[in-house]
Order: sequence, then structure tokens, then C-alpha cells
Amino acid sequence: MDMFRILVVDDEIDFLETIVNRLKKRKLDATGVTSGEEALALLKEQLFDVIILDIKMPGGMDGIETLREIKKIQPLVEVLLLTGHASVETSIEGMRLGAFDYCLKPLKFEELLQKMGAAFEKKSAHDKKIRDAMIQELIRYPSKVFDQD
Amino acid sequence: MGLYKRKSIYINLQRKIMLIILCVAIIPLVSLGETIYYRFARTYGEKIEDQIKYRARSRSDSVEVFLRERTAVLATVVDTHSFGDLKQQENLARMFTAISRRTDGLIDLGVIDSAGQHLAYSGPYNLKGLNYFQQTWFNEVMGKGKYISNVYMGYRQLPHFVIAVRGYSNGRGWILRATVDSDIFNNLVRTAQTGKTGDAYIIDKTGIYQTAPRFSGKILGKSNIPLTLFGQGTTVAEIIKANGKTKHVAGTWLKNNEWLLVITQDVGDEKGGLLTTRNTEIIIIVFGCLAIIMTTFFAMRIIFRRLEETDKGIGELNDQLIQSDKMAALGKMATGIAHEINNPLAVIGEKAGWMRDLLIEEEFQESENYKEYVTSVDKIEEHVEKARKITHNMLGFARKMEHRLDDVDINNVLDQTIELLQSHAQTNNIEISKDLQSELPIIASDQSQLQQVFLNLINNAIDAVEKDGLIEVKTREEDSRIVISIKDNGPGIAEEHLKKIFDPFFTTKETGKGTGLGLSVSYNIIEKLGGTIIAESKLSEGAVFSVKLPIAIPKRK
Repeated sequence: MDMFRILVVDDEIDFLETIVNRLKKRKLDATGVTSGEEALALLKEQLFDVIILDIKMPGGMDGIETLREIKKIQPLVEVLLLTGHASVETSIEGMRLGAFDYCLKPLKFEELLQKMGAAFEKKSAHDKKIRDAMIQELIRYPSKVFDQD
Repeated sequence: MGLYKRKSIYINLQRKIMLIILCVAIIPLVSLGETIYYRFARTYGEKIEDQIKYRARSRSDSVEVFLRERTAVLATVVDTHSFGDLKQQENLARMFTAISRRTDGLIDLGVIDSAGQHLAYSGPYNLKGLNYFQQTWFNEVMGKGKYISNVYMGYRQLPHFVIAVRGYSNGRGWILRATVDSDIFNNLVRTAQTGKTGDAYIIDKTGIYQTAPRFSGKILGKSNIPLTLFGQGTTVAEIIKANGKTKHVAGTWLKNNEWLLVITQDVGDEKGGLLTTRNTEIIIIVFGCLAIIMTTFFAMRIIFRRLEETDKGIGELNDQLIQSDKMAALGKMATGIAHEINNPLAVIGEKAGWMRDLLIEEEFQESENYKEYVTSVDKIEEHVEKARKITHNMLGFARKMEHRLDDVDINNVLDQTIELLQSHAQTNNIEISKDLQSELPIIASDQSQLQQVFLNLINNAIDAVEKDGLIEVKTREEDSRIVISIKDNGPGIAEEHLKKIFDPFFTTKETGKGTGLGLSVSYNIIEKLGGTIIAESKLSEGAVFSVKLPIAIPKRK
């Protein structure tokens, strides 16, 4: 059974730690970083399924920029945006850049879990499609070797 | 600048300008009037003087001619007839009759010898046999050959004067003498007078009247005309009478400067025409000045009234600007605060959640204070949620709005909004009446935001009325704008509240019952849609909120 891997990106340490702890308590594989740069560095080495990304991170890359870069490195990862204000513009831009959904801060944790669930489902379905396609390829071309992880 | 200060500046300015205009307009007018009148009066006066001078001269010429003619007649008789002939009474009488037929002005004729004896007489008096040797005139005529006497009483005891001519007979002189008809002579002189105050008479060089003056004085009385006034020929002078009035006096010397013909006329009499002119001129100038003053005054009033109105308009515009600025500043502040607060709130919320997560573990559940912990965590989360709602409300107020331009039928939007609130209103026995102008133009605007505004306004009206009341919703097209008015018969809004009613967070409701953001959000929305929203109200007279939207015809898609 694959554990869905979650990455939380937020510059507010207290917030970050608490979220990660709560996710871990629910037996989810969660990691936290405090900046967009750190997130990108991590993404280059590990695969994640869902990224919870704070939009407003003063100093360094902001959320939207980070999102753009994330999609370049791991285009299939689902991103949930965290925003302190319901700025329609930013959210829409985020959606256009490929974010899955957004949550308002302060969080309703249950809402976050729900949206994460939906993201997981989408990713699963997508992953399954890819896996099925790969299997088909394998069946057709047995000589090719795939790196699944 | 305060309203009163500005007003007093205007009043000062008004006064100054009026003063200047009046001076510039009135002073030249009056000066012109005076100058022209003065010149005119001078000329008029000169003409009058000329006229009276002329009259005096021409009259004196007439008198001279009169005297000369009669003298010539006598001289001719003396030259053509002998003494011997004429001293016969019948001859003299015949001569006198002949003379009387041809010329008037003589009332008798007499012959006097060199001893002064009156030898023959033809006339109405009884003078024959009288001796004139002692009389002045006798010696004068004997010496000079021709003599016209001054007026004197003589034997007949009546004022008269004579013309006498000397002739020679056998080396001896004799005199032919005639008396001038006083009446005729007086008339001759008197016809020179004119008007009500005119007079004409003759005085001798000692001032004794030779003819009867019209007013005071009589023949042979003394006149009090100062003879020194009159030089050679004809002179005109002004004399102030006893009663203070001035009169013109013209005098011409005649009869070898023995007599002075005097013509007098009251200045007032002559100058009647001038006075009328002057009065007319004064009336015209007064009316002119009045007209100038009135025009200036009213023009000033109008100008300054406009100025004040413009000022008021500027003042209102200023107020609106200030309001907008206020809102913008508050908006920014609200956004800033909300953001700042959100972060710690998020942390608090998560920490509380974390605590709740931990409380699920069994060791915690055995502690005495477990229930307390749970309740406390619950409360923390509850209040974080409340705070979250507030900050999100504030951020909603300040956020930049995206406008979507739809084809909006205002009446439609109002219908929908009213429908939403209908049951709520009915429950409280509040009637919502609609007076929506049919065929209201469809405008390009943001439908959902307009609905938000209308909802807010009608809701406010319902809250104001509370129970048993009437709300009137009206739409009209006016001057290329759509006017939506929402009127309620609630308790009305106090004046000091009215000024702040669109301020964010201003509310008259109890705490917890309203954020005070509704109207300021509405104000913001309408402003961004290019319209205006105003509130009018008086205490206990309800309130009217009017929204005016520009008619922007939606582009054909």
C-alpha cells in the first residue's frame, strides 16, 4: 500500500509544525518546509502526491511563483493553495497555473482533509491510468524496463 | 475654509465692488450733469443779459427818436414862422391843431418872449400871462437854443416836462414851448417792461424818477438805484433786492446823459426756463443713478449667489472625495489588520486542533481535568471561528472587485430581491410597495453586486421599520440616469448619524447585530459602478436611500 506523500510549504513555523504533526497523527506521510526554494530542492529528489502551499510568503519566492516552478519539476503533483484572503484574482490565477483547489486561513482542518482526499483521488486515478498504460507498453514491449518509483 | 469666514469675505468683496462700480458710474454722471448745467446756465444767463441790454438800448433809441422828432417839429415851426405871427393866439391855436394832427405826444404849445412872458398858449391849462424868467428851463433854452427839461411840477402843479426851442426876432430871442404828453411818454417807456416782475422807467442823473415806475416809487420820487453802476452806453448789473431776490438792471444813458432809461427784471422770472431744465436734468440723473445702483446691486446679488452655489457644490464634491479617501484608507487599514490577524489566528486554530488530536489519546482521558481540556479546546476553536468570520468580512469589504458587465434589468433585480425578503417582511407586517417605471432601459452593470446593494438597502429598511410599516421601492429614468429609491416610514435617521452612515463599521444596531459594513460596501459597489448613493432623512419622518446609476447601453455581443 502506497502512502500518499504530502509536502507542506509555509513560512510560519508554528503553523507548519502543527499541521505536519496533525497529519502525522492521522498516519499520513507529511513533510514540512518553510520556503519555496526549499520545496523545489526537495521536489527534485523526492516524489510527492499533494503539496499544501501557502500563497503569501514574504521574502523569497511567493506561492504563485513556487507553484509555477513546482509544475515544471513534477507536473503531476496536486497542489492545494492556502490563502489568508479570498482574493479571487490570486486564486483564479492559481487555478490557471494548475492548482487543484484552495483553502482559507485560518483553516478548517476537516475541510483541508476533504480537499486533500479529493486531490488524492484525482492523483490515484491519474496514477492508475499511467500505470495501466505502462503495463500495456510492457506487455507490448517486454524488453523495456520501467522505474516506477 | 469655514463657511462663515468665506461668507464674510464674500460680503466684503461684494461691498467693495459695489462701491467701486457706483463711484465709477455715478461720479462721472453727476459731474457731467453739473458741468453741462453750469455751462448751460452761464450761456443762458449771458443770453438773458444780452436780451435785457438790447431791450434797454432799443427802448432808449425809441425815446430819443420820440424826443428828437418833437424837437424837430418845434424847430421847424420856429424856423418857418415869425414871432409876430405866432404870438397871435389864433395863429398859435391853428398851428397847434396842425401839429396835433400830424404828430402826437404834445399836449400844448406856448410862445414866450425874451422877458419870460407867456404871450400865447394853446392847451388845456391856464398858463397865458405867466412869467418864466426865473425858471431854469427858460435860461437853459435861451442859452442853448433847444432844451428838453426834466420832469417838474411847474405852475400847473402836475409832473410834466417840456421841449422848448428858441427863435430870433429882431435880434431878440423868443421861445416856442410844448409840453410832452405824460401818458404817451410813460407808455412809450413802460412798454419796455415784460413779465411779472419787469419794470421800465427813466430817472435823471440825480436819481429822480422821470416816469412812473411800476412798483415802488412815483414820478419825481427818489429811486435808490446806485447810478455808479451804469457806465457809458448800456450796462447790465445784478442787484439784490430787499427781499433777498436778485434782479437784472439794465441802464442806458440818453438825452446827453441827463436821463437813464432803466429796465429791471427779476432773475427768477427770466430764468424760469433754466430752472425747469435744471429740475428735469436732476430728475434724469437721479433716476439714472437709481438705475445704476439697482442694477449693480442685483447683478452683484446674482453673481455672488452663483459663487456661493458653486462653492457649495465644490464643498459637496470635496466631502465626497474625503469620504472616498476615508473609505480607501480604512479599506487599506482593514486589509492590513485582517492579514496580520489571520496568521496568528491560523496558528491558534491549528494548535487547538492539535490539542484536540492529542486529547484522543487514552492517558489524557484519564486525567481529572479532561473535560475541562476538551471544553476549553472547543471554546478556543469556536472563538477562532468567530474571529475568522470577522477578518474575512473585513477582507471582503476591502477586496478589489472584479466587475462583470451583464445586461441588467434593474426592475428585474429589484423584483427578485424583494421576493427574497417578502416573507421576512410579511412576518413583521411590513408592506413593500413597488412603483417601477415600465420600459426602464437595460444597462451594462454587475448584476450580483447590484443585488447585494438592493438587498442591503431593503433589509436596512425592514430593520428600521421593525413592525407595521411601509417600504416604497421606486425606479425612474431621469437625465440619462436610472434612479432607484427605497423609502421607509421608520423612525428616520438623526442628522449627526446621517453624515456617518456610509462610514465602515458605523452602525446604530446593538453589538453583534450588525457589522456596520453593509452600507459602506454598498457605497463602494455603487461608486465603482459609476453611480451615486445618497441618504436623506429626518427624525420621525422615515428615510429615503437613492441610488443613481448611469445608463450605459450594453454593447451588442
